[in-house]
Order: sequence, then C-alpha cells, then structure tokens
Amino acid sequence: MNRKLSDFRFLIAIGAAVLLCSFFLPIVAEAKKLNVVTATTDMAALTQEVGGDKVNVESIARGYQDPHFVEAKPSFLLKLRQADLLVVVGLQLEIGWLPPLVTQSGNPRIQQGAAGYLDASQFAEILDIPTGPVTRAMGDVHPLGNPHYWLDPDNGRRIAKGIAAKLGEMDPGDSVYFQQRFQDFDKRLTAAEQKWDAEMKPFRGRKVVTYHRSLPNFAKHFGLDVVGYVEPRPGIPPTPSHTIELIGLMKRENCKIIMVEPYFDLKTPNSIASQTGAKVLVYLPSVGGEKDVTDYFKLFDYDISLLTKAFQATQ
Amino acid sequence: MKDRMLIAVVTILFSTPLFAQQSSTSAAQASTQDTAALEQRIKDLEERLIALEGQVRMLKSGQAQPAAAPQPQPAGAQPAETAAQAPPQIAAPAPTPAPAEAQAGIATTGGQLPIYGGASAASKALNPDISVIGDFVGAAGGNSAPSSATLQPFPSLQMHESEVGFQAIIDPYARGDFFISFGEEGVNLEEGYITFTALPAGVVAKVGKMRSVFGKVNLMHNHVLPWIDRPIVNTNLVGGEDGIDDAGVSIERILPAPKGIFLEATGQVFRGDSADVFKASQKSDVSTVAHLRGYKDITESTNLDIGLSYARGHNDAGTNSVTPLSSTDFLTQLYGVDATLRWKPLRRSIYHSFVGRSEFIWSQRQQPLREQRAFGFYTSADYQMKRRWFLGGRYDWSDRSRFANVTDKGGSVVLTYWPSEFSQIRGQYRFTNYAENIKANELLMQVIFSLGAHGAHPF
Repeated sequence: MNRKLSDFRFLIAIGAAVLLCSFFLPIVAEAKKLNVVTATTDMAALTQEVGGDKVNVESIARGYQDPHFVEAKPSFLLKLRQADLLVVVGLQLEIGWLPPLVTQSGNPRIQQGAAGYLDASQFAEILDIPTGPVTRAMGDVHPLGNPHYWLDPDNGRRIAKGIAAKLGEMDPGDSVYFQQRFQDFDKRLTAAEQKWDAEMKPFRGRKVVTYHRSLPNFAKHFGLDVVGYVEPRPGIPPTPSHTIELIGLMKRENCKIIMVEPYFDLKTPNSIASQTGAKVLVYLPSVGGEKDVTDYFKLFDYDISLLTKAFQATQ
Repeated sequence: MKDRMLIAVVTILFSTPLFAQQSSTSAAQASTQDTAALEQRIKDLEERLIALEGQVRMLKSGQAQPAAAPQPQPAGAQPAETAAQAPPQIAAPAPTPAPAEAQAGIATTGGQLPIYGGASAASKALNPDISVIGDFVGAAGGNSAPSSATLQPFPSLQMHESEVGFQAIIDPYARGDFFISFGEEGVNLEEGYITFTALPAGVVAKVGKMRSVFGKVNLMHNHVLPWIDRPIVNTNLVGGEDGIDDAGVSIERILPAPKGIFLEATGQVFRGDSADVFKASQKSDVSTVAHLRGYKDITESTNLDIGLSYARGHNDAGTNSVTPLSSTDFLTQLYGVDATLRWKPLRRSIYHSFVGRSEFIWSQRQQPLREQRAFGFYTSADYQMKRRWFLGGRYDWSDRSRFANVTDKGGSVVLTYWPSEFSQIRGQYRFTNYAENIKANELLMQVIFSLGAHGAHPF
C-alpha cells in the first residue's frame, strides 16, 4: 500500500512539474503583428512584400542552403511555436525536415490543415508533373511536380496574391492594407518584369545545362532551353558515365552555360566546363543566397545580370 | 492537357466575337480593342486554370482534408460562371464541392491512358504514408562471448529487421505513427502512437507504445543509428536493441529559457515492461521516464545538444523471489547524461558534417543479495568525408547491470556509403574485450534499404 502510494506520488510529482512549467510562460499577447514563419527565404520575401510592417517574417532555411536538406534543429521550434502562419513551398520539398518540426512545435495553429498552414504551391503554375509511373529509379522525384517554382515572376505574383489573401483572412482588420501592398507589389513586379524580359529577349532559345532541376519555371518564362543536367537523376550525385554523355551533348548542342546552385560542389561542373569551353555560373535559386540579394526583385536582378553577361561572353 | 484545354477555350472565345463582327464601321479600331480584351480574357482564364490546378493538387495530396468545415460558398464565386466575370479569387483555402467535381472531371477526361496516381488518387488520398525499411546484417570473425554477457555476436547472415511504417494525420488535432518490425523471431510493434498536436499551452502528448526518451540511442530505430550494433552501455544497462520501449503516455513541452536556448521537458509513464530493464508484476508497477533537453546554436553550422535523463521502474528480481510479500520491491533507477556536438556548414551541407556524441549512464538496480550500482558510457565521432562517404568510430566501456563489478570494453571503426538517400551500405570493425578477459574481433556488414514514402531525416 505504502509502496503504491509512493509510486503514484512520484508520478503525480512528475506530471505536476511538467504542467507547472506549461503555465510558467505568460501568454504572449503580441501586439497586432502576425508572426509568419516560412520554410524558405523566397516565401519570406514575398510575405514581407505584402505583409509590410504588419507582420514579422522569418525563414527557416537560409538562401544559400539546399532546401531539400535542412536540419530539423530544435532552435527552429522556438520560432514555430510562436508562429501564427507557416508558409511552405510544398510539393514535398520540405518532406525530409519540416513535418517533425511542425508536430513537435506544440502549436496547433500551424499544423497541416489548420488555418495557419499555407502551402504556397497551390497558387503557382507547377511544371514537371510526372504523368507516367513514378519510381525512385528516376532519382528523388517529386510526384506532385517540381517544387522549384518560385523563379518565375508570374508565379511570384500569384504566390504574393495568395499570401495577401491569407493574411487578410487571419487579420481582417488589415486586409485592405495587405491588398494595397499586393497591388503595389504587382505594379512594381510588372514594371520589373518588362525590364527583365527585355534584357533576356536577345537570348531566348539559348541552351543551358543546370546542376539540379531547379529552373524549369525560370527557363519557361525567359525562354531558355535546358538541354541537360549535371545530376544524372534528381538528387543523385554526378557519375563519370553521365558526365561524359553530358559533355558530348553540350558539344553537339553547342551549349556554353552550366548553371549551378550555390550549395553544390563545383568540381564536376568545372571539369565539364574545361572540356566544353562552357562557363560555370553560380546562380542564386533563392533570396539571401548572397548578402546583398535581400528581396525578390534583387534575386532576378542578380540572376539575369549574371546570365546576360555570360550569354554575351559566350556568343 | 492544360495546353489542349487552353486551345479549346481560346478557339471558342475567338469564334464567337469574330462571327459577330459584321459591321464595317471602324472595324480596325474595334478589332484591336477586341484583341486586347481577348488577350486579357485568355490571361484571366490561364490564371483560373492555374488556380484550379492548384486546388486539384491540394485535394490529391489530401492536404485539404483536415481543414475547417467547408463554408457555403457565395454564389458569386462558383467557377461555373460566365467568363466575363472579374478575375477569379485564387485564394480559396476551404475545400468546396466545386473543385472536387472539377477534379473528377479532369481525372476521367484526361486521356485514354490511366494516369498513375491520378484517377485513383481520390481513394489513396486518405491512406497513410507507407514505408518499408530493410536491415540486413552479415558478420565474420570470432566472438566466443560468455553466456553471462549481454553483448552477443551476430549470426553470419541475417535479415535483421524489416520495419514497416504507417504515418498519417488523423484529424485536425492529432497525427498517428506506426512502426511494425518483422525480425527473425517474429513480429513486434516497435512503436504505435498518437500524437496530440493541438493541445493548449504548447503541450504535445503521445499515447501508445513508444521508445522512451532516455538518452539518445534508446530513442533511435536501428536504421538511423550511426553504427550496425548498439553501444555496450545500452546493451548492458538500458535493454539493448529493444531498450525502454513500452506502452504508456508521454507529455512534452518547450520551457521558457534565455534567448537562443531551447529547453524541453518530457515526462513519460509506462506500464513497466521493457526488455530486461523493467518488469511489472502488478498493475501499479508502472515505470517513469523524465528527460530534460537543452540545445543551443553556437554558430549557424555548429550546435550543442545536452540531455539529462532519469528512469525508474520495477525489475525482474522481484518475480524471481520466493517471498511474494517482498517480491515487488526491487527497483531499477537509471540516470543518464548525453551530449552531442554537431557541425554542418550550410553552404556545403550535403557534403560535409560531423557529429560527436557521448552518453553516460548510471544504473542502480536493487536485487536480492545487494544493490548493484553500475556505470557505463560510450563516446563516438562521425565525419562525413564526401557526399556519400562517412567515417566513424566509437569507444565503449560499461559495467553489467546485474554484476556491477565486471566491465566490458570495446571499440569500433565504421565506414558508411550512401548510394542514395534511400539505401546505405556499412562496414564495421568491432573489437570487444569482455570482462571474463575474452577478446573478440568481428567484421560486421550491413545493407539498409528503404521503400515508399520519404521519411524525415533524424536530427
């Protein structure tokens, strides 16, 4: 009897300790600002455009990091537990790290399916949706389509519109503000788009090789022809036989540009370049890939100036 | 398919106004206006198509499922309206009956060939993510382990484990995880629990059978270990491969802490039956586990993770006893400290990383003659040399829980190769020096392969 009692007393003590800790935290009645956490910096940049100073935005992944392989660090939980809205890229880009973070966050608002969980892929035009049987023999395919969709300004506009509507839904008092911010962003983006289109126009139809399949939307928008990939299959590192094939292909197609994300090793691209006379461009797939690329506009400015210079040089 | 639909829409749009255009007065002006209007209309339609495709995708991936109850849509937002309406609302997060119809239409009229994951996706949408992980182990070399030792050799060739995982979101308030392992001895529910994610005050609760949070290795499934075997200290003091894995309830919560420090407390109560560590002879013999975890990012690529663990339960010494009155009074208490240092440069995160880890465990086991106080630890390091190559080492030192005065020691060198994220080949040279002064040199080989849903990477 005594033993039993002491057992239960012990249990109750542990339970009480955990519960006590739960109520220690004062319920943070943050002012009117919505706390938004995004999976990537691009979503953060777009949220910032439409959210203005009515939102606090923070991204989990850094712009120079491979968004497929982010570590599920507990420090991210500190951000997630305070979040009112979580914006994800979706299409299983974050499948390797985000689900456990969301589960452990203890934040019911941002659970998948809750009002504060926003999958931005629903707004965008998605390419590379597999139509035949999907197997892993194709590498790490994304069965719902290519998740690198934000590098098309038209998709940027669509995503921003979707986020603005979502923010308005969560904070109806400021929905007019968010809509105005979106209209303003739309105007600036349209103007910038005209400039980018004009800059890229002379190079429409030019052939490029990319490391990973990160550029279908960008290539479609600006009329580039992606003829091959350094990776033999998505997510599979380069193999000698594929590299030889690719060198042959680039020579045949007279392709002079290899575009590499900042998080991939340059050894293979450099050796391909030396054998084909091509140029290796470390382009930025995301905002924040370089220090001064701080918003969505600068991302395109950077990549387009990089590309146009390279195209001119390899004319 | 989208292109075909677009062409159809465009043709219809073009034909109607063009036929109507009969009057010859200011025809040119009107036609330029019309073209502009048409272009706008096509653009609007394209936007609507993209929005619709997005909704279909959401439905297919089953993500729209647990959303709030569908609200009656105002008549103005039905997609069946005339094309002359204002640009559509792209954001319509609540699932409405209309996109569901659209999905059915697309799925069946998409073409003669069945589209994988298309037509039947609706029926699959609510099924859990299924994965199977195979774990094959081979061993060579001599190990004449004494029968009293807990660390026993691997057989020459063994399909060590096949783990089937089912994972899904249950409802807006919870998710469920099942891991069923098929070993050589039979089938075992390794874990099966519900996680309540929508509790107030940031509390996360789990109910079911689960691996307890005592230290680091106890929580890990075989296929995420950085070695083929488990450290001797886990085998000797914490139940080895099965470990503290029991039916019960777990509550965890992030605690307030100075900025930049992550602090989390977990409390767990189990029935009290875990491998050879705990044994419940009666209902009240529950076991408890408490864990406190502190974590800090030192830089963006380096971080430190420290844990304190405590476990308490009744052991099997009681049931072996002759006197039933005193029989259930034998307790085992475990104390643990774990520390992990990780390094992974973000710009080259897929190529290089380092994990250094130690766990120190003290066991206090009451048993008939006298209480046994045993101590053990391991210390390990793993370095990722290239994208696919990992080199690691581990040093083991541990007393035995039932005979605390004897100590087993050992060391291992591990080389791992990853053909892809979904398979792994590993070799391990293991040296063991048993307390009885028996030495063993073994070469272990392991192949791990994973099918189905892409699981989350452990941290």
